[in-house]
Amino acid sequence: MRPGSTRAACLALLRRDLLLVWRRRGDTLTPLLFALIVVALFPLAIGAQMETLRPIAVGVVFVATLLAGLLALDSLFRGDYEDGSLEQLVVSPHPLALLLACKIAVHWLTTALPLIALSPLLGELLFLDPALRGLLPLALALTTPLLSLIGAVCVALTVGMQRSGMLLALLVLPLYVPVLIFGAGACNAAQMGLPYLAPLLWLAAGLVLALVLAPLACAAALRISTS
Amino acid sequence: MPESRFHERPALLQARGLAFARNEEPIFGPLDFALHAGEVVLMEGDNGAGKTTLLRVLAGLIAPSQGEIFLNGEPLTLARLSPQLALLSHQGGLKHDLTALENLRFAAGLHGQRRGLSPVSALAAVGLDGFGEVPVRQLSAGQKKRVALARVLLAPVGLWLLDEPYANLDRSGIELVNRLLERHAHEGGAALITSHGAYAYTSGTPRRIALRPDPAGTESQGDTIVENTR
Repeated sequence: MRPGSTRAACLALLRRDLLLVWRRRGDTLTPLLFALIVVALFPLAIGAQMETLRPIAVGVVFVATLLAGLLALDSLFRGDYEDGSLEQLVVSPHPLALLLACKIAVHWLTTALPLIALSPLLGELLFLDPALRGLLPLALALTTPLLSLIGAVCVALTVGMQRSGMLLALLVLPLYVPVLIFGAGACNAAQMGLPYLAPLLWLAAGLVLALVLAPLACAAALRISTS
Repeated sequence: MPESRFHERPALLQARGLAFARNEEPIFGPLDFALHAGEVVLMEGDNGAGKTTLLRVLAGLIAPSQGEIFLNGEPLTLARLSPQLALLSHQGGLKHDLTALENLRFAAGLHGQRRGLSPVSALAAVGLDGFGEVPVRQLSAGQKKRVALARVLLAPVGLWLLDEPYANLDRSGIELVNRLLERHAHEGGAALITSHGAYAYTSGTPRRIALRPDPAGTESQGDTIVENTR
């Protein structure tokens, strides 16, 4: 592999971002603890009875995961923007969209994947229907990359602004609504014994679309943000 | 194109009537100048004269409001420019949580590396031998600047755009920058550097361009103030 080739650049970027996460590995726990606390608040607020918690379990886990992901989203390009690394990516001789896709992949791996791994425990806290134990992580595995990709475009648009956290939430959450409806809808349908494959396929189709388009949109938005 | 009489090949970087205005307020220009291979041009100006903005325009990060830029005689695009460009900006582009060597290894992966240089030898070339395993966070401002210079040195490119390369550097660091620039020009590279002029410039620079805030924004600056000491 030739140094300076696009493949070498992507590998170097993946390596660097993973190394950065490892150097600040304590930070990756924050979204996990946040999701855990949000889920734990529900039994405290509405009582710990199985008949009240089980119907809302799927929805609460989804919303908690979504909010925890939103919490981690701002850090996606912020550090690179502030220390000038982003400029280096923009002026590098490689497709910016591809480099950003690598960054989004690392971000998903280190923030969303732990949440998916935690989701059975979150479900257990809310008496999740045992029939959904397998489906919930699967639905999350389709939902969270889509959330990361959509979120990345919004982060790219707001990274040039100071204290953009609230604006980012206002921008991102409406776009998350359809993803949430399909993801939680699949689980709810399964809980009621209805066919649940269609919403999952819609999510998969959306994910394929976002995988192609979101990095391109991110690159365009970041070029505006760095100018 | 007064400069091109002396050169057969088109200039590496040429600006014609280049101007930039933010929200209708002129930042610099119109400017005319050319940068040839083997040349170092020092862009001088006070704080706020538009040096950084000019450099970012030339790096293709911002589109100019007026005028044209040519790279080897062809209109400048980021795709044509990026394989030839090393950019040193204010922020330095270093990850403070990584060591100096890890930063340079990443840069080598992203931009490739100059023949005969490695991250280790580039670090030695900027006088930071033995600092490779130190996190950049723990380095002084001048040492961070040296790591960033090592990154520029390591990139296998002909065109250096350096924003305030002398800032934060001690006397030996300033000499180091001059030495690196001289060698780069000697090897056929070109560099455009900015300075607010507070650092005595000792040797090696053939040409200077002065950027002055020009409220009227009409007078052409570059060519009138360029002094050719060659």
